Amino acid sequence: MNDSGQGLQFATCRELSRSVIRAVDFVGMFWIAWKMLIGNRAKYLGIVFGVVFAALLIAQQASIFCGLMSLTISQIYDTAGPDIWVMDENVQFVDDIKPLSDTELFRVKGVPGVDWAVRFYKGIARARLEEGTYEQMILLGLDDATLVGAPQQVFLGSIADLRRPDAVIIDDAGYKRIWPGEPYRLGRSFEMNDRRAVIVGITKASRTFQSFPIIYTRYSQAVLFAPPERKVLSFVLADAQPGLDPEEVCRRITERTGLQAVTQEQFTWKTIWYYLKKTGIPVNFGITVFLGFLVGTAIAGQTFYLFTVENIRQFGALKAMGTSNWMILLMVLSQAIQVGVVGYGVGVGLAALFGFWSRAATRLSFFMPWQVLAITGVAVFVIVLLASLLSVRKVLVVDPAIVFRGG
Amino acid sequence: MAGLHVYDDRHTDDMAVRVRGVTKEFGSGGSLTKALRGVDLDVPYGEMLMLVGPSGCGKTTLVSIVAGTLEPTDGDVHVLGHDLVSMSNGRKVRFRRDNVGFIFQAFNLLPALTAVENAAVPLLIAGWRRAHAVEAAADVLERLGLGDRLASLPSELSGGQQQRVAIARALVHEPRLLVCDEPTSALDAANGRITMELIQQVAVQPDRAVIVVTHDSRVYSFADRIASMEDGRIESVESGPHEPTAV
Repeated sequence: MNDSGQGLQFATCRELSRSVIRAVDFVGMFWIAWKMLIGNRAKYLGIVFGVVFAALLIAQQASIFCGLMSLTISQIYDTAGPDIWVMDENVQFVDDIKPLSDTELFRVKGVPGVDWAVRFYKGIARARLEEGTYEQMILLGLDDATLVGAPQQVFLGSIADLRRPDAVIIDDAGYKRIWPGEPYRLGRSFEMNDRRAVIVGITKASRTFQSFPIIYTRYSQAVLFAPPERKVLSFVLADAQPGLDPEEVCRRITERTGLQAVTQEQFTWKTIWYYLKKTGIPVNFGITVFLGFLVGTAIAGQTFYLFTVENIRQFGALKAMGTSNWMILLMVLSQAIQVGVVGYGVGVGLAALFGFWSRAATRLSFFMPWQVLAITGVAVFVIVLLASLLSVRKVLVVDPAIVFRGG
Repeated sequence: MAGLHVYDDRHTDDMAVRVRGVTKEFGSGGSLTKALRGVDLDVPYGEMLMLVGPSGCGKTTLVSIVAGTLEPTDGDVHVLGHDLVSMSNGRKVRFRRDNVGFIFQAFNLLPALTAVENAAVPLLIAGWRRAHAVEAAADVLERLGLGDRLASLPSELSGGQQQRVAIARALVHEPRLLVCDEPTSALDAANGRITMELIQQVAVQPDRAVIVVTHDSRVYSFADRIASMEDGRIESVESGPHEPTAV
């Protein structure tokens, strides 16, 4: 190797060793920062408490909000089979029923790219029970021939029994609501629109936003159970031919029929956006989440500030001994991040425990997707960043000569 | 003897500290305070110099400037061959880290760290690995007679023991200038004497200078020279406790 090559190699090694030294430098000082932080247990726990409080409240409220939103779309996902939902052009969400003429089914079937299409009834019916009481029920009418959209978790009876006269399948939560404390019993009957309905099966079903019992039956039966109307078809459920993009097929259906056609996922988001925009739900939850954020920031920020003020001479001593402002800043940030990680973990953990408990003990809807964890993480990061910024200036401007001013 | 200059006739290279015409003012306008009013001072290597005088006379301000923790308003400050006045803040931080050891009146130990961890702090600041830093700090503490208290927290140590930890911390990175601010004021007479003996034994070396700010007359006997300050000026310098020298 020539001289210049060796020189380059040495220079690279020198740079590398400097980088390693800098990294080691960070480790030692972060360790000091960590020891300083946990050295004052009361303050440390105070800061962590602030972050835990915020993380718990944000994660818990956001999860309940997501739980509520999941209730609004549960029936879209429970209706297994179709890629495409076709409906009146003015429908805004899954419970917004604007009946179509039965002939629309054939128009949809005629659109190129549609593999199959079936009728689907969805509505609210009033049932008169044997006991003489009345109960509102969500009535779902499935295509007589195919039973597309039938429940997937029938645990008593069978879906095939829906083909029997007057047959209905009821969800287990609905059954318990109507006949609390009573064992499941097939053959039980009630009346809808003066027509007898007989329970031939019991299924598990996702809870809905309205939380009424859910009744599955054939389409031809459903229109008899439902209050009489000129038009009764709620949706046309369809599927794209293999290899075709469902969104493209939706576009074709809309073009040729003037009906609104959306994929399952599009319908889900359309429903969620409706509730976000048209109801006060997000505002209510947003206020609680924001308050959690504010209170958490206030507690963590104030305690962190007091912690820093209490340690100001120690930081001054470190500065006098040759710790740069940059390193001091990193130390304070590392303390904040450490508090954030612990507070986030405990807060989110408590929120998850609350979720498990509430699912078992209450009917509170609770759904904690990864987005809730991510949003809570970002909020906690902002909280600890704000908390540290409140105090870091105090440390950065401290005169290292402070340590010469006696005790 | 206002404006007295404390020159040493040795060559500049022999001087650990050379201060010329240093002034320091705090505040402005009506609240202007002149802490130093043109101070000249030389401290050669291998010497322990004591700065003495009443409270508010400027000795802490002077030692802060020499240690590089405070900017003078005017004048020249050369420490260990470096011009501190023209030095950038970043370089001054590194200069302190590499060259200056501090012993403070209030010890300023980190309460959450053990004795050996406290003594290792300057090495950690310099980027040493923790295990190596702690090992080196333990060696120094053992030399100072605290080998059996390495794992003790400051709150578990007596004042004298805490000051010995502070001495270990000041010396662990082998600085060439040691600055001590009232090292004995928080100690009783016996511990004060032990502390000064330790500083004299361990810190005073041919390649190192020691400046001690004190108004504890009991420890004057440890000084090679004593500079008396009054109202922001050095009034007199005595060579040793009993041999006053011309200044």
